Amino acid sequence: MIQIEYILILSAVMMFAGVYGFLTRRSTLAILLSIELMLNSADINFAAFNRMLHPMGHEGYFFALFAIAIAAAESAIAIAIMINIYRLLKNISVDKLTQMKW
Amino acid sequence: MDSHNIMFVILAVIIVLSSLMTVLTKSIIRAATYLLFVLLGSAGLYFLMGYTFLGSVQVMVYAGGIIVLYVFSILLTSGQRERLCGGTRGKLLTSALLSLGALAVFVFAIMKENFLSDVLEAPSETGAEAITMQSIGENMLSTEAGGYLLPFEAVSILLLACIVGGLIIARKR
Repeated sequence: MIQIEYILILSAVMMFAGVYGFLTRRSTLAILLSIELMLNSADINFAAFNRMLHPMGHEGYFFALFAIAIAAAESAIAIAIMINIYRLLKNISVDKLTQMKW
Repeated sequence: MDSHNIMFVILAVIIVLSSLMTVLTKSIIRAATYLLFVLLGSAGLYFLMGYTFLGSVQVMVYAGGIIVLYVFSILLTSGQRERLCGGTRGKLLTSALLSLGALAVFVFAIMKENFLSDVLEAPSETGAEAITMQSIGENMLSTEAGGYLLPFEAVSILLLACIVGGLIIARKR
């Protein structure tokens, strides 16, 4: 029997794996991968709450759908910025991006 | 234990192991590949809940679009050689302790809360809880209560702005 707690704990593990990656990674692209993990765990929570606590509604379903669309837009822009930074500085590690301070 | 539960256990193991490997592996291209498995696993979770449209959107947009974009940009910036996990040992330890502590708080709160939920049963196609394509389309384009026309249009404008912004940012000067 799958209870809602199992799905919530699963997405919490995913969320904090993303937080750990966000704190430790040096490459900006790897940081973006961790952000995708966190966004995806939030989507799972939306769908699980909708399916198990309010099965007649569809609010969580549409929230997850729009969140996926916004995540796609966000990562496209972020990757465009990374490619531009790489073109200017030849490096995308957060240690080397000191010129962006001003 | 029926097949529904077995499928959930398989998906949970895939998601947990792959998401840990995404943040622990040394090579960034491997991290992207493990992230692909996480996203496919969560698409499987949506299929398990009976949300087939959400699962297909997840596979198409995330696995088909975003991961390909990431792999291309990783190869373009040739990030394979660079150091992924920098920082001192103390910083790594602090981050790990911080994440594990916050995870423990989350799990404690989840287990303490009394959810008014029944267990997740296998979805039926004709059941009341099934969200059909027809109801998705009607809700997406309706302006009445429970309609999502305004967010739908807002997302379409956001995607247009995203296209223009991406072209302007990444163009050759």
